[in-house]
Amino acid sequence: MAEAPIGKQYPSFEYEVGREKIREYANVVGESNPVHHDPEAAKQAGFRGVVAPPMFCVVYSAGAMGPAILDPEMGINLMLMVHGEQVFEWGEPVCAGDTITTTAKIKDVFEKKGMTFYVFESESKNQDGQTTVKGTWTNIVRGS
Amino acid sequence: MADTKLEPGAAVPELSVTPDKYVPHRYAGASGDFNPIHIDAEFAKAVGLPQNILHGLYSMAQVARAATQAGGGDPRSLKRLAVQFRGMGIPEQEIKVTGTVREVKDGRVVVDTVAEQAGNQIVRNAEAELEPDFP
Repeated sequence: MAEAPIGKQYPSFEYEVGREKIREYANVVGESNPVHHDPEAAKQAGFRGVVAPPMFCVVYSAGAMGPAILDPEMGINLMLMVHGEQVFEWGEPVCAGDTITTTAKIKDVFEKKGMTFYVFESESKNQDGQTTVKGTWTNIVRGS
Repeated sequence: MADTKLEPGAAVPELSVTPDKYVPHRYAGASGDFNPIHIDAEFAKAVGLPQNILHGLYSMAQVARAATQAGGGDPRSLKRLAVQFRGMGIPEQEIKVTGTVREVKDGRVVVDTVAEQAGNQIVRNAEAELEPDFP
């Protein structure tokens, strides 16, 4: 394993949240609460607009995580990589019309039981600077 | 949903869902994750998997859904979710998400959760933190 660039930060990624994208995501994962589909229901519940299910964070974070995981300096063998662990901590809800900016960095790289663990951290903020989610992503590469 | 008492030791309502054959394809489109192990059975077999497998984050979304329901259904009630992915999830087989309240502290409820398919844990050691009674 090459010397890992722990602490390395990647360029931030901006994502504009669309109502239809929220609906598409909510439909696939089975989130049927009307606040994820109907602007009126969302407003009555106190949201600015159709609100994203919490796990929609993976959609707006993906563009920031890709370059970190694919970074040649990390040398991750994608063929042998599995998603091992995931933590999300949510803050301000994300609604249609929001612009979310996510930054990712390398938190840790370590070996255990013949496997290499790559731990990434992400933080996403909305257009008002409020944190919407913090993520800890652990990918495991076997026998590297 | 909200009538389940969230006190230590209490089971939260079980969630069950059977992802159809094309869920991985629709999830790929919704999420942007087109890794062929999820959508191409031939590719999956070529790299040693039994078939194309569910996205781990799809399975995690089912755990999130179960946790949110336990918190009363409002998406703001789910504050934190930590999971480990282990066994592989597959389409066309029922996923069951079960959970037990571990502790209640300062209005925050911690629920231990597991997602399994036919006894095979696909999301394990899941820990959900809820602040129920929103808004």
